[in-house]
Amino acid sequence: MKILVPIKRVVDAYVKVRVKSDNSGIELTNTKMSINPFCEIAVEEAIRLKEQGKADEVIVVSIGTSASREQIRTALALGADRGILVETELEARPLSVAKILKVLVEKEGIDLVILGKQSIDSDNNQVGQMLAALTGFPQGTFACKVEVDNGSIVVTREIDGGEQTVSLKLPAVVTTDLRLNEPRYASLPNIMKAKKKPIDIVSPEEIGVVVESKIKTLRVEAPPQRTAGIIVASVDELIAKLKSEARVI
Amino acid sequence: MKVLIVAEHDNSSLKACTLNTVAAGLKLHDQVDVLVAGSDCQQVVDQAAVIQGVDKVIVADNPANAHQLPEAIAPLVAHIGKDYSHILAPASTTGKNLMPRVAALLDVGQVSDIIDIKSSDTFVRPIYAGNAIATVLSEEAIKVITVRMTAFDEAAEGGNAEVVSSDFVVNQELSTFVGEDLSVSERPELTAATVVISGGRGMQNGENFVLLEKIADKLGAAIGASRAAVDAGFVPNDMQVGQTGKIVAPELYIAVGISGAIQHLAGMKESRVIVAINKDPDAPIFQVADYGLVADLFQALPELESKL
Ligand SMILES: Cc1cc2nc3c(=O)[nH]c(=O)nc-3n(C[C@H](O)[C@H](O)[C@H](O)COP(=O)(O)OP(=O)(O)OC[C@H]3O[C@@H](n4cnc5c(N)ncnc54)[C@H](O)[C@@H]3O)c2cc1C
Ligand SMILES: Nc1ncnc2c1ncn2[C@@H]1O[C@H](COP(=O)(O)O)[C@@H](O)[C@H]1O
Repeated sequence: MKILVPIKRVVDAYVKVRVKSDNSGIELTNTKMSINPFCEIAVEEAIRLKEQGKADEVIVVSIGTSASREQIRTALALGADRGILVETELEARPLSVAKILKVLVEKEGIDLVILGKQSIDSDNNQVGQMLAALTGFPQGTFACKVEVDNGSIVVTREIDGGEQTVSLKLPAVVTTDLRLNEPRYASLPNIMKAKKKPIDIVSPEEIGVVVESKIKTLRVEAPPQRTAGIIVASVDELIAKLKSEARVI
Repeated sequence: MKVLIVAEHDNSSLKACTLNTVAAGLKLHDQVDVLVAGSDCQQVVDQAAVIQGVDKVIVADNPANAHQLPEAIAPLVAHIGKDYSHILAPASTTGKNLMPRVAALLDVGQVSDIIDIKSSDTFVRPIYAGNAIATVLSEEAIKVITVRMTAFDEAAEGGNAEVVSSDFVVNQELSTFVGEDLSVSERPELTAATVVISGGRGMQNGENFVLLEKIADKLGAAIGASRAAVDAGFVPNDMQVGQTGKIVAPELYIAVGISGAIQHLAGMKESRVIVAINKDPDAPIFQVADYGLVADLFQALPELESKL
């Protein structure tokens, strides 16, 4: 079984982002960048399937600028076998990302695609589902448990009311939720080994997909700030304030 | 302009988030159609038909739609939705699972999790866990959208829609439903409650959530949790509030033993009044709290409960 794991380079989850003064976007200069945390979970799951002998090869792919090579290297150090960078200066929105991934899935003969459920920058939560539609594969989104056996994959999904389990025929698309696994850290020897693993670089044109979108960001603003209120001295004062001032109880 | 709303339901009752989504749809146009796809779902149809502003309820009642798996429902929504200018669904786990599949089948992009509508093609949505707010323009012929329910009021009752059925059906074998493990609770639903009390890692274990339950009983509150509390196994995942959990905006949110990470704030900072109880005076949660109590929760909670 061949697994494809699409990973996205995003602002690190623990950075407090700032909106650019011209409201065109987020300030990214000198900002710490990382693999999207959900993609990291996807990489980990793929590696575990390989370690269990269920997968033969784990390929990571990122669509972005040449800087995304850094995140591909990280994934290779974690245990992925090889990387693909689809290099573009343009911001690829989910539909374009899914179209590019579809071509790679078909070209590489992929049996399972594991993606993050959501990129923590644009908070879209779209690519996995779109890729499933374009390839005609079944989808198991927001996975907290997966089991591969005999041509199918059983996925337990985190849903609003609890959990749901579905069985999908392979090839399939799975997107990860936070509790699927806890990603490992790369060991130093593996970081060294990763430097020798291959990364193919292709352009969207070579793949035959035009990176474009009919959805455009007009303006980005800072959210209305909440100001800190007061510190109450006691439970009695808290109850009094909630009753007479805030009138919520 | 024609607006289609995909109803969320469990084949017997219509979920409240559908009402918020209808309200969002009514900001686009004075009437909307509602699609109910399910099996044995007549009760849902009846409930949808009396929502004010609903012109037509389209029913796809078929055993193939029983578990509303996206492999069956997405082609149906795309088939019916191709005649509409806008297709909206709640940004619940159901809507998030379904709608991008619909959008890709229609070869259009999607606008996720909108909190405001500026015009028929311009929408507002949070990005970066709510640390930035983007205004986006969609020039797609069909605008596929998910709606953050807390940002829109519920549509009222009092309508009398026409009911039509669709016999379009996808019998698929790509996916099968295996089972479901749903939490049953007497309490109000987290996303719809007027009071929410949430516990974090500071609760130390699942048993201690009893301290929150007692207060929730008195306030008619729903109980939530931080990711740390869910990851540690104190409580189930459906209680997680935050960027990647549930978004809540109650009248009163009480955060107990929660530090206030940006990902947690993303799920609750639109609450009207925020109370934080934390023993660390420097916890970031105090920066968004209207009322902060610096105290050990194991003392403060029993006292609060006894005095309410
Ligand atoms: C991609 C991603 C997505 C995430 N999504 C979410 C999400 O949706 N929701 C979410 O909540 N988090 C999310 N997180 C995690 C988030 O970053 C924090 O790690 C998490 O919110 C911390 O939970 P906590 O506040 O309960 O724990 P901690 O940060 O450990 O805080 C515990 C608090 O309890 C206090 N405390 C301890 N004992 C007591 C006591 N006896 N009395 C009073 N106070 C006490 C401490 O002072 C401390 O402030 C996400 C993280 C990532 C990377
Ligand atoms: N530019 C990209 N390159 C590679 N994978 C991506 C890219 N954008 C999104 N993805 C994948 O799609 C998932 C969901 O992203 P999104 O739909 O943007 O929230 C991510 O977790 C990645 O696995």
